[in-house]
Amino acid sequence: MRALVIDDSRAIRLILGQVMKKLGFEVVDAGDGQEALNKLKSDGPFDIALVDWNMPVMNGYDFVVNTRKDSQYNDMRLMMVTTETEMAQVVKALEAGANEYVMKPFTKEMIAEKLTLLGLSPE
Amino acid sequence: MALNPGDFEYISKIVREQSAIVLEKGKEYLVEARLTPLATSENFKSIADLAQQMKRDVGGKLIAKVVEAMTTNETSFFRDIHPFEVLKNTIIPELIQKRESQKKLSIWCGASSSGQEPYTLAMLLTENFPQLKNWKIDFIASDISTEMQKRCQEGVYSQLEINRGLPAMLMVKYFQRNGAQWQIKPELRQMIDFRILNLSGRWPLMPKFDLVMMRNVLIYFDVPTKKEILRKVRENLYPDGYVFLGAAETTLNLDDKYERMNFKQSGCYRIKDCL
Repeated sequence: MRALVIDDSRAIRLILGQVMKKLGFEVVDAGDGQEALNKLKSDGPFDIALVDWNMPVMNGYDFVVNTRKDSQYNDMRLMMVTTETEMAQVVKALEAGANEYVMKPFTKEMIAEKLTLLGLSPE
Repeated sequence: MALNPGDFEYISKIVREQSAIVLEKGKEYLVEARLTPLATSENFKSIADLAQQMKRDVGGKLIAKVVEAMTTNETSFFRDIHPFEVLKNTIIPELIQKRESQKKLSIWCGASSSGQEPYTLAMLLTENFPQLKNWKIDFIASDISTEMQKRCQEGVYSQLEINRGLPAMLMVKYFQRNGAQWQIKPELRQMIDFRILNLSGRWPLMPKFDLVMMRNVLIYFDVPTKKEILRKVRENLYPDGYVFLGAAETTLNLDDKYERMNFKQSGCYRIKDCL
């Protein structure tokens, strides 16, 4: 299984990438939504994208909206992993097409449980 | 906080006497993890100091707090997922069919801890079986800990807890945010009767159940207590009811009147020859 980790923080990309690798995923990362859209084209397909909300160039919400406009990515799960914790933000992300939502700080167990909910059972 | 062997032995003995929960050698980490926050909040410098004070604890208040801390479980919503898939796809539809004429279902979560399991079940029923709205649902959730019973009734969870296993869609639908915490909505809280019950002690008079959740709790007890609990669960179960144990738990060599159902990793049992 393949995962695209999108976060403007290099540290988070590293930590979340390591978590996903431990859970059996091959990981590619991107520093913002636009770079992620480019990597979908150049390095895809991915089973899941884990997306931060607040990023420069293109934020995670706009990445979700853009991705869901393109039917070739219909099967890719989208999980927001963000510091945004307002209920309205969660609803907004789900309505735009995100499949799951994790509020930072995260743990490996949290990510694993959410992957299971999405039918991507970790190894 | 480190734990010396003498204090581990003493705390294990007290916990065993008070709750029948067995803390074998090798579980020192568990004692440290559970008692360090308590020692800190009670202003002890170490678990050794806490253990010393326990020996002088005439009223038993500190001992009660220690037992409570040791019997509380870490858990998550939809824990282990498989039992809930089996409940949704097979067991609940079957029970609804069988109980259609009475329109009555009775459920017991026997070790509800901080409430994630009963609330998961409440969400599962509300979300997938709207016909139950007109049924009488007797839903009891019990735990040995008074603190946990209170927590369950309040249904308040931290951000960390809300992130554990709960589908975001259900969080949005069934929780409301109060500052940094998240509270389950009243309609779900009102579905469940939260009680205090020591599984290894004398049980109060209870109704017969269609479904008993007894997951990941037998592991804490010695063999005679496990046998006793399984026997009493059987006596409180309708002959065609179901019991769920933890995936790693079994009735094997404990109670031969149960049979394991062939559902993947669900730990689902029923009474033999029930049909």
